[in-house]
This record gives sequence, C-alpha cells and structure tokens, in this order.
Amino acid sequence: MKLSGAEILLRALELEGVEKIFGYPGGAVLDIYDRLPFSPLKHYLTRHEQGAAHAADGYARATGKVGVCFATSGPGATNLVTGLATAQIDSVPVVAFTGNVPTYMIGNDAFQEVDTVGITRPITKHNFLVKDVKELADTVKKAFHIARTGRPGVVLVDLPKDVTRELADFFEEEYKTPVQIRSYKPVLKGHPGQIKRAAKAIASAERPILYIGGGVVSSGASDLVVKMAEVANIPMAATLMGLTAVPGNHPFFLGMLGMHGTYAANMAIQESDLIIAIGARFDDRVTGKLSEFAPNAKVIHIDIDSAEIGKNRAVDIPIVGDAKLVMEELLPEVEKQVAKNREFYAVREKWILKVRSWKERYPLWYEPSDRVIKPQFVIEKIWEVTKGEAVITTDVGQHQMWVAQYYRFSFPRQLITSGGLGTMGFGVPAAIGAKVGRPDKTVFCISGDGSFQMNMQEIVTAVHYNIPIKVAIINNGFLGMVRQWQGIFYQKNYSQVHLDVQPDFVKLVEAMGGVGLRATKPAEVEAVLKEAMAVDDRPVVIDFIVDREEDVFPMVPPGGALHEMILPSYGKKKEKKAV
Amino acid sequence: MDRKCEQRKHIISVLVENQPGALARIIELFSSRGYNIESLNVGHTEDPSISRITMVAKGDEHTIEQIVKQLRRIIDVFKVRDLTDKKKLDRELLIVRVNVETPEKKEEVMRLVEIFGAQVVDVSKDTYTVELTGDEEQVDAFLELIKPMGIREMARTGRVAMVRALQGETFGEQKE
Repeated sequence: MKLSGAEILLRALELEGVEKIFGYPGGAVLDIYDRLPFSPLKHYLTRHEQGAAHAADGYARATGKVGVCFATSGPGATNLVTGLATAQIDSVPVVAFTGNVPTYMIGNDAFQEVDTVGITRPITKHNFLVKDVKELADTVKKAFHIARTGRPGVVLVDLPKDVTRELADFFEEEYKTPVQIRSYKPVLKGHPGQIKRAAKAIASAERPILYIGGGVVSSGASDLVVKMAEVANIPMAATLMGLTAVPGNHPFFLGMLGMHGTYAANMAIQESDLIIAIGARFDDRVTGKLSEFAPNAKVIHIDIDSAEIGKNRAVDIPIVGDAKLVMEELLPEVEKQVAKNREFYAVREKWILKVRSWKERYPLWYEPSDRVIKPQFVIEKIWEVTKGEAVITTDVGQHQMWVAQYYRFSFPRQLITSGGLGTMGFGVPAAIGAKVGRPDKTVFCISGDGSFQMNMQEIVTAVHYNIPIKVAIINNGFLGMVRQWQGIFYQKNYSQVHLDVQPDFVKLVEAMGGVGLRATKPAEVEAVLKEAMAVDDRPVVIDFIVDREEDVFPMVPPGGALHEMILPSYGKKKEKKAV
Repeated sequence: MDRKCEQRKHIISVLVENQPGALARIIELFSSRGYNIESLNVGHTEDPSISRITMVAKGDEHTIEQIVKQLRRIIDVFKVRDLTDKKKLDRELLIVRVNVETPEKKEEVMRLVEIFGAQVVDVSKDTYTVELTGDEEQVDAFLELIKPMGIREMARTGRVAMVRALQGETFGEQKE
C-alpha cells in the first residue's frame, strides 16, 4: 500500500509502541502535523522546542521507554539541541524527528534551513538525514533500535519536507522483522572468566564498596545489586544518576558520593581496597582529584560501553556488558565464593563497623530554624508529605544537591535530574514528561528561582493538558550554587548572581492558569504542601522563600581529593540531624 | 597506575559504512575529544559500500586505546585495529615538484630517483615532478635529500596500510 512519508512515519511510530509525542509544529513538518490528527498518537504541544526535548527525556527516564519529540527545521531544530545533549550525556533513549527544507533546497541557505545533522552529530548517539522516502521506514526502525539498545542514547532523524510528502510502499509485516545493522552489535553478556575473577575479588576483599551509577537504574539491575550488597556485606554509595537504585533507608547505603556526597560515602571510597563500579563512569564530579581517588583500591568496572572502561581510572577487572545481565551471572558466583570463605564475615564486619561509625559521626546536617525556611527542611517536608513515593524532577544547582542528599528514594527511576550536562530549565518540562508517562505517581519538580525562570513557559503546557505536576521553587533570590562558589573560592565577590528582580511567581502562575502558593515561614511549609497535594487538575507552583545564604555541605573543593571535603559546622553539636 | 606515557605514532585502520556522515563523525571525534591526527586516508574497499580509513595518530598508549574504543562506538564503524605493531604493508604516495635549473641538479635528482625507485612524471624547463611510493621512512628520507634542490610544491597521501597475509588473517579483531 502506498503511503505518504508522513503517514509512514506515524504508522512506524505506532508499531514501535510509541504513545506520546512532545513537539512543536512549523513549516517543514506541516505534512506530518497534517496527518497527526488521524493517528492514535497523543501529541503534546509544548511552548518551546527545548521543552519538548526535555519532556521526551523526562518521559523516557520515568518509564524506561523511548521518548519521542518533533520539531521543525532551523530554529525548531536548534532549540532541541540543549534538550538532546542533556538526554545523551545521561544515556537516555530519545528519538527526535526534525523537519528540514526539501532535498533539492538543502545547502541553499533556504528559509529556516540549518545543517541539523551536522549540528547534532556530537550530541547524539547517531543521526540520519533521510533523502528518499523509500528509506524512511527502515531508518525509523534503525533509529529506535539504536536509541534503546546497548548504551541508550539520542537518535535524531532529519526529514526533508519532500520526503514527508512523497509516496512509498509500506508493509507492516516487513517493518516488524528484526533490525539488521551490520556495523552495530552491542556486547550485552559479560565475559564468564572475568565474572569469576570479579566474584573472587569481591569475596576476598577486606574493604570493598559498591559504586553504583545510572546504568544500574536504566538496565533494571537495582534489585540484583542490592542483593549482592546484602549477600557479601558491601556498603553502597551511588552517583546522582544511580541514587534511586538503592532504597534510601537501606542499612548498607551511604548515600551519594562525590563533590556533595556524604562523609561516609567519600571516606569509604577513599579507604576501600576494592571498588565495584557498576554502570558508572568515574566522572570528575564523583572522583574529585583523580590521582588521589581511592589510592589503594583495585577496581572492578562493569559497563556496557567499553570506552568508559579505563577512560579515567585504570581498571583491574573490566567487564563489558549490560549491568543486569552481568549481575545475573555475578550474583550466584559471589554467593558461591562467600559460602566458601569461612572467615568472610569476621573480616567484613570490621569494615562495616568502621563505615557505620563514619555515618554516625558525620551525618548530613543543617542548622534548623523556626524563623526562616531552610531549603533542606523543604525537601524533608516534601518527602514526608509525598510519603517518599513521588517521582522527583529537579533543575540544577543547590536545590538539586539538597534533593540528592535529603529526599530518601524508595524505587528506581524516582529521581529525574540532569546529571551530566547540568541543564537549568530541565525540571518543569521533564516533570510534564514524567507525569504523562507515570500518571499514577505524584510528580514533584523541585527547582530554584533561577532554573524555574529558564523554562517556566511550560507551566502553560501543563495547564493546557491538565497535567497536575507540583513545582517547589526553592527561592533564595540568588543563583545559589554560583553564589556559593563565589562565596567560598572568590572572597564573596558576588558577581551577577543576585535575582532580586523577580516576577511574583504566585501571580505569574495564576496568570498562566495554574495554582500559585507561597510559604515564607517554616510553620507554613507543611500546610502549603498539603494544599498543593489536593490539586489534581492543574499544575501547582509553590514559592518557598528560603534562607538566602545557605550552602551545600559537605563539599569537595575543586581540585581536592574526596577526603578533603569541607563539612558543615554541626552548630555546637547540640542537635545533630542524622539522615 | 602504570600507564606508558611514551608518545608515538600509531597506524589505525578503520572499516566504516560508506555513508555520508560517517567520515564526519570520525573527524569530529578527534576534534571534540582533543586527539591529534597526523594523516588520514579514505578509500573504498573490495566492497564499495565499505570504506577503509587509515589514520596516523600520535599519543601515549592510554590515548590511543581511547581513540580505538571511541572509534568503535561509532554506529557506522565495523572494525578498528591498531596496526602499529603488526606485520603490515604500509605505503604512502608522494608527488613533489623540484627545481632543476642546472644540469648538476638534474643529474642529482635523477640519481635519487633511481636509488629510491621513484619516477619522473612531469617535466618543464626548470622543474622535475617526481612520484614516489614507499613507507613513511623512505618518503621522509627522499624528501630530506631532495630538499636542498628547492621544493616548489608537494602532496603526500598519508599512509594506507594492510596486515600481511602471512599472519593468517586479513583484518581480525571484531568490533566490540
């Protein structure tokens, strides 16, 4: 049967299992949008293409499915760029479709023409320019296959306008046959010999630690990793991307490691003799000064991307493969090895006790106040009111780190945050995508006054589709994280970080059709959160006026090693708040 | 951390889909990750849908290992192999135009051409254009000797390489 390119695209998306699309129309995608109303696909019109990319990203992170976004050529495509780069660096499967000028005008500097594949090449896992409608179906199929397999990532498909207009045969049965890409064969199963070696090393180490990254969450290996920690008595530390792999209240869990990691996590890494890194990439925000990172540790590194192994840190036992598939083989091996080693628990107990003493002696801490709202207090209250069950999205900055420290997560994929790229403006559109993907969950975006203003137009999208997201603005009237750095490392020379001139967020949100609320005193926090939870047909934004100069601690100074972290003052030790 | 820090030239051979964009991805990899590339040669193989890229890159072991791994990540790349320490055939083509205003110079150039097994492929009143195929050292040595004549213009292809059949394999190592 002959279909137009636009019809082929939409039908192929259906066959890929796509249900929701985030996008924005324009001249070059008119043919696609013309056919869209006749397709069962649900399209969400965002108010900016960047919002569409972040929403597709948030949808993918919340559900584990591929997120899809549409944009037109030229500015439509360039507006996607930040969103696609955000998803790519955090290994999120997203497929983006952009329109372009007709094939015969490409390279002509035509109206709204840019070299989209050229611009997006470095920020995608792969991209395609479809030059012939006959190649369209096959390209869509490949795009989804590449996005969701191996190390997931972003694939962009650029569609010249004539390709979407012209007719071609489309056979559904043919589309359903497996994809063949002869140059792309990701390694999924770990090497059995390496797995055996790893199990031996794990059972014989004195001071092992699990270093859990986002790959554990995305491959669905969380339960297996936690099980291994329990079987072999291994303390666990997680990266920002890996936080939700472990229940926040697990007795072996030390919280986040790295620049704003906990004392216990950072010390345990530094003093360990074996690091078991799973789905993590030894990022600079995690390692601090690389040459002094865990100086006495051997490293087992499990990762699906062989290029990550040995990139930053030399590895003793590399295992290339999907975290879940590798853990399925590794866990029984570890169980066997542990059973063999009789002195195992005695040796391990010393280490566990040491780690626990760090945790007790230097917990996360802030000075409570009944006068001003402490930002950490807001996060704790959100945790309480949402019973620890909300999907949390964040923007980037201090509030993001406080979320990582103070919200205790209970299930994988519960935290949606821009880890690698650190994209301000991510939180609100990502919350929209997450809520569309998980309508059963409360979705709470925790943002800052700076970040919120970067994509606040998307509140209108949430109003348009009655998407009841909650947004908490941790409003300190500053670009807080930049101010913190200027305060500590630039002699308090606060340059261009004051956000004294601000919209009245309550009125602004009301004007957009949402519910605006505000809390200025600690006593109001809980009531206002409960009020927000009661709204179920519109977005709610709560403006929390918080302590202006609160800093995030612990903090590893730039260039410092993890054990050189700056700790909070712990007041006069009168009231330690253990978390 | 025992990393060999010695900087040396590596010949890396890459088999890649003959697709627009594949070469761009490879070149962008070098610029975006800050690797240095000395020469790059592209041509198709016995299968016209597959191109062979032979590149020479300088770096320590760790850098070269990273280059190889990063190249393997590219979707359009089939196989990547570091040929540096393999028994291989590696050749480069040089075309160079030299000044030969005097009979002595003419004679000296002809002598070098003969020794190196090169060929004079174009002649004008005061220049000879010489073509030479050889490995990198031969080409370098020839250029060194001919330099005093005065080089007007030159072009080098960069190296192309292939593993010797003696090793009982053609390309070997699979893409990971």
